[in-house]
Formats: sequence, C-alpha cells, structure tokens
Amino acid sequence: MNIIVCIKQVPDTETQIKIASDGKSIDQSDIKWVMNPYDEFGVEEALKIKEKFGGEVTVIGLGPKRVTESLRTALAMGADKAVLISDPALEGSDSIATAKALAAAIKGLEFDIIFTGQRGVDEDNGLVGAALAEFLDIPQFSIITKVEVAEDGKSVKVQRPVEGQTLVIESSLPALITAQKGLNEPRYASLPGIMKAKKKPLEEKTLADLGLDASEFGEGARKLQILELTPPPARQAGKIIDGDSPEAKAAELAKLLHEEAKVI
Amino acid sequence: MAQGVMAIAEQRDGELRKISYEVVSEARRLADALGQEVIAVLLGANVKDKAGELGQYGADKVIVAEDPRLDPYTTDAYTAVLAEVVKANDPAVLIMGASVQGKDLAGRLSARLGVGMAQDCTAFSIEDGNLVAVRPIYAGKAYAKVTFKDGYPQMATARPNVMAVNEPDSSRSAEIQEAAVTLDDAALKTKVVEVIRDESGKIDLTEADKIVSGGRGVKGPEGFKVLEDLAAVIGASVGASRSAVDAGWRDHTDQVGQTGKVVSPNLYIACGISGAIQHLAGMSTSKVIVAINKDPDAPIFQKSDYGVVDDLFKVLPPLTEEVKKYL
Repeated sequence: MNIIVCIKQVPDTETQIKIASDGKSIDQSDIKWVMNPYDEFGVEEALKIKEKFGGEVTVIGLGPKRVTESLRTALAMGADKAVLISDPALEGSDSIATAKALAAAIKGLEFDIIFTGQRGVDEDNGLVGAALAEFLDIPQFSIITKVEVAEDGKSVKVQRPVEGQTLVIESSLPALITAQKGLNEPRYASLPGIMKAKKKPLEEKTLADLGLDASEFGEGARKLQILELTPPPARQAGKIIDGDSPEAKAAELAKLLHEEAKVI
Repeated sequence: MAQGVMAIAEQRDGELRKISYEVVSEARRLADALGQEVIAVLLGANVKDKAGELGQYGADKVIVAEDPRLDPYTTDAYTAVLAEVVKANDPAVLIMGASVQGKDLAGRLSARLGVGMAQDCTAFSIEDGNLVAVRPIYAGKAYAKVTFKDGYPQMATARPNVMAVNEPDSSRSAEIQEAAVTLDDAALKTKVVEVIRDESGKIDLTEADKIVSGGRGVKGPEGFKVLEDLAAVIGASVGASRSAVDAGWRDHTDQVGQTGKVVSPNLYIACGISGAIQHLAGMSTSKVIVAINKDPDAPIFQKSDYGVVDDLFKVLPPLTEEVKKYL
C-alpha cells in the first residue's frame, strides 16, 4: 500500500494573530510553526495502514524551507520519505493553485490512498483536499473519523459524521481522505525516530521541476483576492452578575437572559 | 454574460434544512443588489414537492434535479449534476451552506469549474458588481474580506446560523424547472452503504441555536449532568472545551474551538471554561455569551455579555429551575 500524506505548516493554535502592515496578511514574526493538527491524524492513519499492509508512506509539504521541520516531524513519526515543493513563485498562492502543485507532484508517484487534514487551522478553507482529488480524478471522503481498508487492499470503507448522522461510504482505491479529530490518537516522534528521520530521503522540487508554469501561482494568480484583513470585532466584557447566593445569581441571570438579551 | 444568483438548497430525507432558507434569503438580498434573479437548486430523490417553498423565501426559479442516486448525498453525484446545472445557467454568483455537506461539495465543484471559492463566510455584499465576502480565518482570530477575479460563478459558502432568514411570503411563487439528470454510473465511484442515525435528536453544534458548554471546571464526565439538565430545558446542545474532550469526558464531536467546531449560536453558556485563545476563537461569533466560572480572572469573562463568578455546580441547578419560569 502506497500512502501519501499532504502536510501544511501552520501557526501554533496558541498564536495571537497580528495583521501585517500591508493590511492583507498576517505578521509572521514571533510565530511558532507546527504541523497542522488535522494533518497529524492523517500521518497516524497512514502509518497504521502501512503497519497492517506494508508499503510506503510519503509526506508532501508545500511552502518555504521552514516546512522541512514539519516534514521531518512526520518522518520521525515513521513516514518513509518526504517531498517539499518550494518555490518563491508559490508565495501567496490560493487553495486551488496549492492543490494544482500538489497534484503535479503526486501524479508521478504510485499511490493507493492520499490523506490531507480536513482543513488547515490557519485559512480554514477546507478546500485543498477536494481540489486535489478533483485534479487527480479520484474520489474524496472529507471529515473522516474511521478508515477500513479491505483485506485485498483494493477498496476502502469510511465513516463520515454529517450533522446528526454518520454515513458509511465505500469506494475503490485510489481515493483521498481528509482526516478529522476522532480518527486516531497521533503518536509522538520517539527519540530513535528523530535520529532516523535525519537520514530519510527528503527531496525538494521547484515548480519548474514539476513542469508547472510559475505564472499560474502566487499572489497574481489568485482567484480569490484578499482585500483586507481585520482583527475580529471587539467584544466588550459585559455584566458581572451580583447576588448573595448562587441561587440569587441564577435568578438574576435567568431574568436578564429573558428580559434584556431575549434569548430565553 | 453570467447572470443571476444561484443558491443551492439542502435537504435531508426529503425535508429542507434550515440552511436552505438562509442561503435563499441571502441570495435574494444579493440578487436585489445586482438587479438580477435568484435561481435556487434542489437535488434529491423525491423532492419536487418541496421546491415551491423556496419561492416564498425569495427564489424566482427553482431547478429541481431528481434521481435515486442523489439520495443520500455523495460528492461525485452532486458535483456531476451541479456542474451541468451551473454550466447551463451561467450564474454570476453561487452560494451554498457551509454545512458539512456544503463545504465538501463547494470544494469539489469550485475545482471542477476552475473558479475561486470563499468558504464559511459570515457576511456578503456586492461591490462594483462583484461578490465581496467576509470570512473569519484562524477560527476567528482575524477576518478576511475577499473578492473574486477571473471567472464565474463567484462562489461562496455561508456559515450556518448567521444569515438572516426572510419572512416567508405565501403570495410569492417560483417557476419550477426540472433539470435533466445525466449521471454516468461508471463515474460514480463512491457508495453510501449505511446511514447511522443519531437517535438522540441532538442538534449538531454548528447548527444549534443554543449551546451549553463545559470545560475543565466540570471535573469529569458525570459533571456534565447539570449541563445536560439545563440544555434539555432550554433546547440547547451540549459542547465542550478541548481539555474536557482530551480528558475523555466528552466525545470529540462536542469540541468547540480552533481544532474543533466553530459555532454561532444565539446563546452560548460557558461553564467552567477558562477561555483559552483556541476556545474563544471557536465561539466568538456567538450572539450572547454567558460565562459561569469560579475564577474571577478567567479570560472568558472578558468576552462574555454576562458573567457569574461562582461554582457552576451551585449555579446551574437553580438556573435550570429559574429559566422554566420564562418558557
């Protein structure tokens, strides 16, 4: 079984986001970069499938050189090799362009399953997985909490929670799966894993290496243009409810929710 | 020239979902700004009798595509049919719900059509004839205002519970048009083999009107009982912070926050939640926020409309009794 996991590097979720001076991007100083949390579930699931069926796990990242750190983390978890798509022309690319570059890198590889996170916890688009599956002309399963590969390795059955119900869906392979919390508990990279990761192959590719035209990428090629980034609307701290006892506070709160906020 | 605002309605088991009224109502406002018509699209197995209702919310025309293979939803069947409907009608704007289904479909469809798509938007407007959308990013730690370049339709999904629903006008009716569905069985690679229903009747957090949420202060899975009791009385869903989920007290589907669900209820009651930045990000678009926490310095109080500094186990039972008086 050959499994590919696409990895995005994102600001750690504890990061306080600051708007850069151009008003259209975020200030990247003081950011701790980590592997997108949803991608960790993808790496873990890929490793589990490999443990059962054998084969190889390839992780692919896209972006500046620092993305190498996240790829190395996946290698330390147990992935076999990594590819970094890195090119100055990629800077500012939107999700469709990102998927296009990933598809070009993946087309030359053999694969049965591709994992991506269900969304990046930065731009929150949840679009790259679907677009990548479309460009590779394979089915996609998004927001998946259970994956069962058939014994013969030819098909897959997944569970997909949709508001109020869970769909059990089947398809032949290859297919793309976007990973959701609940799929598994990602393992930590062990110290021997970290040592081994340093020796595992990590290939770097530019857009030209992938036979892609740089003009289709970057800020200028965005189909979705960012006009402005703003901080979230300010929320003032409200009323602290006084009362001599928890019961009195509860009564006052219920009254305010009914009379003032009109939500009860 | 691309014309009209297309709104994709959503149904489950033949019943229109609330998000359908939200997107059709919003499509009406955008179409009025453009001076164009609203085309609603409804896909499913036996759904034609529901189509007329969308006219009351603002659709001028409803295109209905019926086929047994369109129920339940699959990405490949819906994308195939919708790509044809879009090409045949050439809309200027296309909106659908940022539901689990809508987000999945919009991603695939935008890639197939080769157009830009703004996911999970909280506001739309028309500027210079183009769709402008506001979307929270980093789970709401920043807001991006975006617009489109190159190609139609200008596509976006609308966050559930945010767009105002028009008052239905029973004197309004829409022209119903049946779409010819051509689905190639060989191209349909995925098959739904089972539908496991959540029989609890619990409303998913992303669609809930009210949420009672618990964190570390709830102290354990049993502690959620007092939250469940209040939720049952006011018709709320129960959510949880990441620490409560990671401790195994609640299922991961209950998690609210940057790595969980982003929610927009009318009322969010945070119990024993200190208010980590990731949690605040996930619930900041709630309309009314209440915090109940023993620690007066908990950051959640800075984001709350109403705060009660006290032990949640002492406040929630009387609160449950008190709210009954108003129901």
